Formats: sequence, C-alpha cells, structure tokens
Amino acid sequence: MNEEHFGFLDEYAKKEVRRATLKAVAIPGYQVPYSSREMPMGRGFGTGGLQLTLALIGRGETLKVIDQGSDDSVNAVNLRSFIEMTCPGIHTTIRTEQADLIQSRHRIPEKPLREDQLLVLQVPYPDALVVVEASEDRRKLLHGEADYSRLLVKLYEDIVKFSEITISHRYPTRINGHYVIDPSPIPRWDVPKLHHSPALILLGAGREKKIYAVPPYTQAEPLAFEDVPFRVEDFSDEQGQRRSCVRCGCNSSFLDEYVDSATGEQVYRCSDSDWCNQQLEQQQGVDQAVEVANG
Amino acid sequence: MTYVAIKGGAQAIEGSKLAYEYLRSRQGVNSLPLDTSTIENQLRLLHSRVISEGGVYHPKLASLAIKQAQGDTLESAFALRAYRSTMPRLAETEALDTSRMRITRRISSAFKDIPGGQMLGATTDYHLRLMRMELLDESAEAFMAISRSWFEGLDVAQIPDSFPKVLDGLRQQGLLAETPQQPQQDQPFDITREPLIFPVPRSAALATMTRSEQGSLLALAYSNMRGYGDVHPTVAELRVGFVPVMLPHPISGKPMEIGEVEITECEVVAMYESDELGGKPSFTLGYGACFGHNEVKAISMAILDRSLQKGMQGTPSNPSEDPEFVLLHIDGIDSMGFCTHYKMPHYVTFQSDMDRLRATQNKHAAEDQKS
Repeated sequence: MNEEHFGFLDEYAKKEVRRATLKAVAIPGYQVPYSSREMPMGRGFGTGGLQLTLALIGRGETLKVIDQGSDDSVNAVNLRSFIEMTCPGIHTTIRTEQADLIQSRHRIPEKPLREDQLLVLQVPYPDALVVVEASEDRRKLLHGEADYSRLLVKLYEDIVKFSEITISHRYPTRINGHYVIDPSPIPRWDVPKLHHSPALILLGAGREKKIYAVPPYTQAEPLAFEDVPFRVEDFSDEQGQRRSCVRCGCNSSFLDEYVDSATGEQVYRCSDSDWCNQQLEQQQGVDQAVEVANG
Repeated sequence: MTYVAIKGGAQAIEGSKLAYEYLRSRQGVNSLPLDTSTIENQLRLLHSRVISEGGVYHPKLASLAIKQAQGDTLESAFALRAYRSTMPRLAETEALDTSRMRITRRISSAFKDIPGGQMLGATTDYHLRLMRMELLDESAEAFMAISRSWFEGLDVAQIPDSFPKVLDGLRQQGLLAETPQQPQQDQPFDITREPLIFPVPRSAALATMTRSEQGSLLALAYSNMRGYGDVHPTVAELRVGFVPVMLPHPISGKPMEIGEVEITECEVVAMYESDELGGKPSFTLGYGACFGHNEVKAISMAILDRSLQKGMQGTPSNPSEDPEFVLLHIDGIDSMGFCTHYKMPHYVTFQSDMDRLRATQNKHAAEDQKS
C-alpha cells in the first residue's frame, strides 16, 4: 500500500473529476455534483482543489501551490509536498509565471495569468445562495431559474442598515449572465480578475462535492446596483494616500496588516509573497543598474 | 513582527510531526509498542467504531489507523477512508442475507419469547459500571486462563449457526406490511461514487448513516426520542454477528462466499400509519446496520431511518425528519475536517472583514456627525 498510484486517486476517480470539469466548463458557473473522494487531508483544507489538481496534472508539468497568497504557509507546504509525493515527475515552482497549474486558497495571484495557465481555487461553500436559502434542493431551483432576487434583497438590506454592502469576501458573482457563483473566499480585490480571465479558473469543493468553473474570457460580474457600485478593499491611510508594502514598497497589491511587535505600529505587506519578492528583485536589479551606471 | 510566524511552514510541520511521533512512543523507555492485533481484540469496540465510520472492512488497517492516530476515532476513520480513495471498485457483492448471520448476540424488546430465544451474548447492558480495580494490575496468567477455559464443557455442536428473524413472525401475523415479492429493480445508491442530490432515495440515506459518526447520529436520533419527533420505536430485533459476503465466481458466475463481515443490525417497529390508498393499517419499520459491533449506532440509525421516511413523505416537522439536515451533518470526516480547518490562517478574509467593518464604522461616524 506504500506504492501509491500516480496522483493518489485511482483512474476511475480521476476520470470522474475530469468529466465533471468538462461539464463545468461547458456550463459556466453551474455547480456540477461529483462524488468527491476522501483525501488524506482534512475536509476544509482544500480537498476539492486537490482532487482537481491530482486529476489534471501530468508528468513534466509545473505546479504552484499558495495559501493566503503565500507559497510557504503551512497548508500550502502540506498540499505541495503531498502532490509532489504522489505525482512523481512533476515540477514545482513559487513563480506565478512559471506555473502550468496553480492551486490556491483565498487568493488569485497579483500577476495576470495567461491562457496556457490553469488556476484551481479551493472552495469551502460553493453556493452563493446559502446565505439566503438553507436547503440545497430549493437552491437548485433558484439557480435554474436564475432567481437571485433574495440575494439582491440581502445586498439592499445591507445598504439600508449600514449604508454599505457588508459582504467582505466570497462576493456573489454572476457568470456569463446566468449562474451566480460563490467565487471562494477570495477578497473582493480578486473578483475583477475573474472577468474575462485568459486562464481557465476551476473551483473545487471537496466536502460539498461540487466542481464549477469560470472559463477563459467569460463575463464575471459581482452583484451590485447601478447607484451602489461594487468596491474592492480600500488600502488608503487617514490622509487618503494609498498604503504600500513595507517590504517591497508596492502600492498596488492586496496588503496584509501586521502589528510590529517592537514598535506597536501598524504595518502592511503584500499578501502575495511571490509578487512581493519579484517587486524586490526588480528594484534591486534597477538599483544595481543605477549603481553600474553611476559607477 | 508577531504575526509573520505562519510563513516558514515547512520546518514547523516537520517539527510538529516529530513531536506527535514522540508522544506516540514516549512510553518506549520501559514498554513495547502497541501491536495491531491487540487493538483489534482488546479494544474491539473502538475498532468496530473506526471500521464502521471508515466505511471499508479492513480489520488490520483499522487497527493500524487507531495506532497511528493514537486512539482518535475521527482521525482513525479518516485514515481508513483516505486509504479507500486509492482503491478502484472492482465488483459489487450481492445484498447480504442477514438471516444467514452467524450470531454472537440477538435480542428483541418487543417479545419475551422469540423463535430461537433471546441470546444476550457479550454486552455491558446489565453490568454494574463499577471500577474493576483488579484489572489495574492484571497478571498475564489470569488473563490467559480466561480464554483457555472458555470453551470447556461447551457442546459446540449444539450451538445453532443462525436464528430466524423476529420480523418474519410479525409479518405472518399481518402486523407489518409485506416485503415486496420482487426485489427492487433500482440499484442501491452508491454514496462513494455519487454525491447526494436531494431528494435522495432511502438507500442513499441508509448508506450515509451506516458510515456516519456515531455521536452525531446518536445526537440526532436522541432529539427524536426526546420529543423533537415521534417515532416511539420498539426494538423488534437487534443482532450482532458475522454475515457471509458473496461474489459471483469469475468463470462460472455462480455466487460464492469470499469471506464474512461482522455487522450489527437493528430493526425497529414504530407506531402504525394507515395506508394512504386506504389499505390496511400496519406497523412501520426502521432499519439500521453497520460494520462491527456498534449497537447504539445501529439503533440510532433505525430510528432515523424511520423519521426520515416520514419526512420524505410529507414536510419535515423537526430536524430528525429532514433528510438534508440529517444526512449532510453526520459524516465525521466531513464535519471534523471543516471544524479543524478553522485553525488554518484566515488572514486574507479577515483583512477583508476588517475593511468592511471600518468602512461601516466610518459611515456610522459620518452619519452621527450629520445628525
């Protein structure tokens, strides 16, 4: 039993995942049910994404795994080493541009993806309607009829109560003018990246046993109102200045907030660690070039 | 910076694995490792629970799972399930015939006299739960003597292999609806190959319950017993034993016995309902069965089978009658996994939450100033 099959799952299981994936691509935003095998890591740790990755990756291909934007967070490390162990012959990278397949939890990389890349998002709650309808049976009807009135009412009630739409992440997004999806717990910051993405985006929910997709160059519109537009996270300081990463200085990326334990000061850093590193490298390259020029 | 610790995960995971392994083996200064057949035999009920929740009948690997998970039932069942994901499904067995069960225990609380008699077997039902201090320091000799003398004076040939089913008697008296003469045409729903899409057939509900987490199943069944429901069951029969498993012979196609599995089976009878089509009123049935020796689980399942059948016919009037509520919340692997995942970092979503709260607070402050 130590001699594991390539990709851990048996071939029938992989075939099922691939078929569900094809259907998901053919019906953008539709949640395709599949049987979802138990994986050796916890339900909720990315088993849906993992099954997609294992069913889709092949020898010679390059994989990147991120969690909260970081390649080195515990869960990303865990998933990556499991995939490496069960898929001999694949390569791994932390560089977004080098990856054929990127499995991610809670983030879409800052660097724009290409047509030849595939993004797999891990999904805890696949159904955007769950906040307004607990029964899956009834939700299926609502989806079929594209009846999202109760979601819109929820957004409207938010505005009445708080003068603001309070959905922070998992922002309901309408795909190809019909199905509204839960785009996984990506921040609102990442939602616009779904729209007309050159890369195929697959979403896998292991515990809830669903696969759905945002195919390349497909419309993805966050639900909003004409007079209350969708807004991404605001990173301006008290003076209205855009905050920047304390490490690389980037002022156009999604930032994580830290408290400097020495000074007690609030500081910000890029959430996407590869982006941050590449910004830094570029500057150092520029610095060196300047030095060379000056020297 | 205090918050950055999460990045640098690889080393941390390695260290944590070593610490977990150390706790497994720290008794090593003066003891030997736990061997897996000890787990299967001396912790047989723990073993039963894991084999049932794991949903794959592999006694040796169930023991190994318990050993490596250091006794955590959820983790052990989890390892078994993950193992099963690596296995293709090669064949389907015929339905097990539980009337052929080699019985180790069978009782009925509906009738005092049942054909074949009540056979208590090994149960703690009538034990006084007092501490057996003598086991604290049990000698190897005393321990071995029990098993050595167990069959002395027993006429093994006199012990019947199987017993008639209690329900057959009820059926003969016309108190229960007849079983359909034709076996059902539909294949049973395979929850390992198909997701649950509601409404689901009864076979899907039964399959989900049979490998569910025992505590979750009990809690929901208990809610029905206490008043959030009205099954009011009577245990017509509870039996524990070994059932032969049949597969068609690869060449001749004739069914042949490939082995046996230990299962617990429970049939409850509930208060009667009149037939919708104006037929004769009769008792209704609830059915529970699971791998291993798990009586609480089999009874809970039988009660929930009854309450779910009721809920599927009309509108569920409480949680235990609602198939979605029951079937989507009793799987131990799913529920423990999702519970555990909250320990993972949620920096991005929390950042996003803070952004919304601040924006709302600012609007609130601005409106306060206006008024």
